[in-house]
Amino acid sequence: MPRRASLLRSKPATPGKVYGAPGAGHSGHISLITSAVLIGLWFLVTSMGWVKPLFLPSPQAVYAKFLAAMSDGVAGSTLVEHAVASLTRVFGAFFLACVTAIPVGILMGVNRYARGIFDPPIEFYRPLPPLAYLPLVIIWFGIDEFPKIFLIYLAIFAPMAIAARAGVRSVSIEQIHAAYAMGGTPTQVILHVILKAALPEIFTGMRIGIGVGWTTLVAAEMVAADRGLGFMVLNAAQFLASDTVIMGIVVIGIFAFAFDLLVRYLERLAIPWKGRI
Amino acid sequence: MTMPSHATSPHPQTLCAENVSVTYPGLHDSEPVVALQNVNLTIEPGEFVVALGASGCGKTTLLSLLAGFLSPTQGRIMLAGEPIVGPGADRGVVFQKHALLPWLNVLDNTEFGLKLQGVPRSQRRIRATQNLELVGLQDFHQHMIYQLSGGMQQRVGIARALTCDPAMLLMDEPMAALDALTRETIQELLLHIWQRTRKMFFFITHSVEEALFLGSRLIVMSPRPGRITHTFALDFNRRYLQEGNGRRIKSSPEFIDMREQVLSIIYGDERAAGPAGELHA
Repeated sequence: MPRRASLLRSKPATPGKVYGAPGAGHSGHISLITSAVLIGLWFLVTSMGWVKPLFLPSPQAVYAKFLAAMSDGVAGSTLVEHAVASLTRVFGAFFLACVTAIPVGILMGVNRYARGIFDPPIEFYRPLPPLAYLPLVIIWFGIDEFPKIFLIYLAIFAPMAIAARAGVRSVSIEQIHAAYAMGGTPTQVILHVILKAALPEIFTGMRIGIGVGWTTLVAAEMVAADRGLGFMVLNAAQFLASDTVIMGIVVIGIFAFAFDLLVRYLERLAIPWKGRI
Repeated sequence: MTMPSHATSPHPQTLCAENVSVTYPGLHDSEPVVALQNVNLTIEPGEFVVALGASGCGKTTLLSLLAGFLSPTQGRIMLAGEPIVGPGADRGVVFQKHALLPWLNVLDNTEFGLKLQGVPRSQRRIRATQNLELVGLQDFHQHMIYQLSGGMQQRVGIARALTCDPAMLLMDEPMAALDALTRETIQELLLHIWQRTRKMFFFITHSVEEALFLGSRLIVMSPRPGRITHTFALDFNRRYLQEGNGRRIKSSPEFIDMREQVLSIIYGDERAAGPAGELHA
């Protein structure tokens, strides 16, 4: 019988490792290599002229566009102004979602009336693409700053509320009983036990939420925006300025990634017990 | 939480369960399950009562009643002349799984109950520190719960319950998940704490040896319906506190005789319950 492929068949573990543990080991250096190879390919295909600059401008052209956007501006504003406009919208929506979705989610977790009330609307609109209800948001709230933030807010709200609600389940009934047996009131149990126990899930919800917020940014800046990274990309697309499009995508990606790293760092500070209990 | 003072009565803090029954509604039209039937139990201050029995005999139901997590279908339970209507700081609970709060360190976990009660921080510190010393964890104030061994976690659980200064301590198999050595150490620790605090202890266990060693009174419970079938007065715990050698007491002829006697009662119950008795693990 032929030997099976080594990918499917584990070798005996070396000391310090666990036999058969799925996906064990570090992968960071592999990711670095992947990124380097992708960027290298980008350089290669553009410098060899295999792809027309209209479809894929060279990294140098994108970088030049970035410098130009920083100093002279693009689509009427400098890159910093675009970024500030977008960051304000995304983080404004994120902040609003944090202060509303987390309490609503916790409430849904601890109270059946709240769950009964909030569950149908949230579960109904959650899978809808924001582009589908964008027209309605514009009809209702006009074309100011508010509807843009509101659209992003709606997209962030559902995953954060669902995560907070799921987080309530992380508390063990013994932890709750213990708090009551030490003289705790229901409010204290929610604030000091349930909310804390739900923190890991809440952080996960925040990470998912802010990610959804970034993906909704372009939709929010589709109508009646004159500033913003999403607007900048859409505007450039109309002129087939693919260097600006790619530059905008990279800038959005870097902001989103940097913020995710920040949240992950805060997560480690705030919930060192995660996964260790 | 405010306890009326009964300074005139001889045992102001007595716990008294009178004719208590608990019936759980049956699932899917099946017969209701009688978890406890006509249980009478009085615990005097300073008593260490151990409940022992096969799975499904209603030990945990009884503890839930005393803690106030469950109300009886019939009968009543009084503590210090007042009916128990819910959980309260006068009855501390130690759980099988430690149930500590992983986001707090050892000291903060220990003073958590006093924090809930609004006791000022400096006072909380003093009482928590005393009780951590009592369980031998004075050097671990700043440790996080996940950095402790299972035995140390249970010690924190005991210190936390004691810090609220309850009239009685309810323990639901607190050592079931510990290894044999740690278990013996904590059994002995528990007896010293019992001697020092003179509180009422109510302790549930599966282990006959643990029950005989710890209890000043042993109640043997039997399943279907759950009830108290035998009661034994014990003094192995006092002998340990005088002589200080737990292993010698556990290997003494009297202890072994007693153990076999109790084991035969429990095995009789299990056989009577039949294979279905194992379903209530």
